Amino acid sequence: MSKDNQILEEFTSKEYEHGWSVNFETEEAPPGLNEDIIRWISAKKEEPVWLLEWRLKAFAIWQNMQEPEWANVTYPKVDFQSIKYYSAPKQKNKPKNLDEVDPELLQIYERLGISLNEQKRLQGIAVDAVLDSVSVGTTFKETLSKLGIIFCSFSEAVKEHPELVKKYLGSVVPITDNYYAALNSAVFSDGSFCYIPKGVRCPMELSTYFRINAANTGQFERTLIVAEESSYVSYLEGCTAPQRDENQLHAAVVEIYAEKNAEVKYSTVQNWYPGDKSGKGGIYNFVTKRGICAGDYSKISWTQVETGSAVTWKYPSCILKGDYSVGEFYSVAVTNNYQQADTGTKMIHIGKNTKSRIVSKGISAGHSQNSYRGQVQIMKRAVNARNFSQCDSLLMGDKCGAHTFPYIDIQNSTAKVEHEATTSKIGEDQIFYCNQRGIDTEDAVALIVNGYAKEVLNQLPMEFAVEAQKLLALTLEGSVG
Amino acid sequence: MTTSTKNKIADQIINEFGPLQNFVPLREKAKAFLNENGLPAPKEEEYKYTAITKYLEQSIQNFGQSKPVQLSIEEVQKNIFGGFEGDVLVFNNGVFSGELSKTSNQDYRLALLSQNTPSDFAGIAKLEKDPFVALNSATFKDGIYLHISKNKKIEKPIYFLFFNQANNGQSIASRIYIEVEDNAEVTFLQNSVSLDEDAYFSNSVTEIKVSQNAHVHFSKLQNESRRALVVDNFVTDIHRDATFTSTVISLSGNMVRNNLSLNLLDSGCEGNMYGLYLLNGKTHVDNHTNVDHTKAHAVSNELYKGILADQSRAVFNGKIFVRQDAQKTNAFQQNNNILLSEDATVNTKPQLEIWADDVKCSHGCTTGQLDEEALFYLKARGLGKDQAKGLLLYAFAGEVLEKISDECFRDFVTEIVQERLGGNL
Repeated sequence: MSKDNQILEEFTSKEYEHGWSVNFETEEAPPGLNEDIIRWISAKKEEPVWLLEWRLKAFAIWQNMQEPEWANVTYPKVDFQSIKYYSAPKQKNKPKNLDEVDPELLQIYERLGISLNEQKRLQGIAVDAVLDSVSVGTTFKETLSKLGIIFCSFSEAVKEHPELVKKYLGSVVPITDNYYAALNSAVFSDGSFCYIPKGVRCPMELSTYFRINAANTGQFERTLIVAEESSYVSYLEGCTAPQRDENQLHAAVVEIYAEKNAEVKYSTVQNWYPGDKSGKGGIYNFVTKRGICAGDYSKISWTQVETGSAVTWKYPSCILKGDYSVGEFYSVAVTNNYQQADTGTKMIHIGKNTKSRIVSKGISAGHSQNSYRGQVQIMKRAVNARNFSQCDSLLMGDKCGAHTFPYIDIQNSTAKVEHEATTSKIGEDQIFYCNQRGIDTEDAVALIVNGYAKEVLNQLPMEFAVEAQKLLALTLEGSVG
Repeated sequence: MTTSTKNKIADQIINEFGPLQNFVPLREKAKAFLNENGLPAPKEEEYKYTAITKYLEQSIQNFGQSKPVQLSIEEVQKNIFGGFEGDVLVFNNGVFSGELSKTSNQDYRLALLSQNTPSDFAGIAKLEKDPFVALNSATFKDGIYLHISKNKKIEKPIYFLFFNQANNGQSIASRIYIEVEDNAEVTFLQNSVSLDEDAYFSNSVTEIKVSQNAHVHFSKLQNESRRALVVDNFVTDIHRDATFTSTVISLSGNMVRNNLSLNLLDSGCEGNMYGLYLLNGKTHVDNHTNVDHTKAHAVSNELYKGILADQSRAVFNGKIFVRQDAQKTNAFQQNNNILLSEDATVNTKPQLEIWADDVKCSHGCTTGQLDEEALFYLKARGLGKDQAKGLLLYAFAGEVLEKISDECFRDFVTEIVQERLGGNL
């Protein structure tokens, strides 16, 4: 066996590379969801009263809400009383900087390929690492603070910048927004907070890495990004979880607020544990992500590569309120085995001369179901709004499904809206062409899929693009021939 | 709207019709279904943009049992367009009128449904699929069964002519079952005429069975009164190597909902759906189409185009299902809209659901306005603004008008469309 083959063999034999978990002492909330648990979480985090009240209000609203059933996914219902809503690694003292963080925790991130030890980093990426319910460390904090950029864990932000958190929390995704957003608002444990002051262009990529480690817990993190006038930030998010037989819930909320002339680019490579080959286990990924282009000429761009999770329910959206604001959504969603994904976007055009662009590439293999669900809404006063949507689906095998549910609602005659969608499979002639030139079928598929997804992958920051390409090939292994 | 009001509306409409003797088991089943489900509530996905239940609720006190009205043969003659020579089947407030119809052609058989009930009657348009099919099943008095036997080629089109007179409000339920046997060919035309300007509610069901290698064209003009509420349920089963083409031209009405379903049941069959809607005033037209590809090697095409002015609203929902066995399917769908006014609204949802991998499916939809440069080009060549606009709009609409297979009917519809577009709707 040649070396190449050996590598390939290794490559194909592993199913989910981040499926391990580590045992360390944790501090956990007992399973169950009630007001006491919420008070407990809030007390644990030493939160001010207004935030506790906000949580309790969200909980009261959530209790009167119905779990949404319109999505094109089927799964056993989540028992909200059997989940633990808080799990944190025990740390003796609150670390002041990374040197004081428990080396065992840092090792987890080393193993995931994310070195929190900033000296070793060649590229300038600042990372906020979130393990289960808490943030364990944030890098490059000092460098960033010189520019006035605030990048820290959410709990820290609550303590140190309460006025900012109070002003923006829930301003884009209100607690009444939907079932999972309300749940998140009630029990969210940590997350990242990022504030870019006026006129600052963030010199490095900011990144959050989410890791679920504990069993029977749910992860409920909250990310808030505020970009002041004429600022720029590029934000990355990555996630993995151990391989377990039961389903775990991940219900996050991401809010982005962009002022005049600001630009925010948010990229996600989502690789939660997707369950095994027969569809057992895996993460339920029920996420609410929304950005508002509040000021004129602002821009929000979502890029996502979705390869993991047993069930995905996620619609990163843009509210284009400012005149001349721009919203973008680039997505590659891959489902294999018994994965189900219902994902897409909403572009709400309110301001004049607003523009949006949607490129969605779905790839389904195995027994999976992959749906695109999107809405383009042109409000009455959105003069000269422009939208272009493209959603393509690629089917591999005859047991999977691809679905598109685009909603296009137009109330202004000057709008120009285009939508196109295609569904196809990888042509035998394409595979044959590659085979002929000595590329075996598996590699040929990876090559073709990468070409198909290129338009989206090109939008990712370089480090992520490489990872995403590998991930695509890995996710689709064994889906042909 | 609570469940009880939803059910009440259905109940009230059913009660107005009084006890009906025939089709008792079907009616009972329909009533039971409506009792449980009622008419669609405002938030129901299928009727999200078309609040027909609310409209019915508002005007329900006016709806009485539909009775045939005084109708003269001259009135019928007046509504037959020039050049038409085929048979005319007249429906007077939803009830077939033998005296007013012209049935000289011996190539097909015509019977009342109550006298000759086909074996799978109500099996193509299943009442569980839509509450309005159920409502029709509970209320239609009688209908017709049109049968075209094997290998017959009906040379001249058959014209369904509906006369609706509200007389301060009527609820009209017509029912048609058409069976086209193997290798037969036929063209149907349909037109609905409102005899007065009052509000009425017309809820019709048409079922067509297109057998092996049969070819059927169905062209329909909807140009009813400004206050008419119309639900048109149209379901077709298409068998091996058969083709079916539907063309629907919607020009007027208060609220019009078309439920068009094509079931492509075997390989080699082809289903085409074309539609044009030119809306002004407060007209609301909703086209819900549904193509179900169940077997391999079938083709479907869909093109719906619309021009909207004033406060009109158009809804388009095109569903394409490609089942697991339907490999080598080709399915295409297109929806284009032009908005002429600030207050017009378009809601479109082209929906693809695909479970087979070796298929070619695409859909596209656009919404925009007339090209300023094209307008300028025409104006520079001496055309008035309205004239230039009319010409461009006609070019846009022409693509659908071309699909009407019968030449005389096409000319008749084109003339109406041209007149509307000349005045820019």
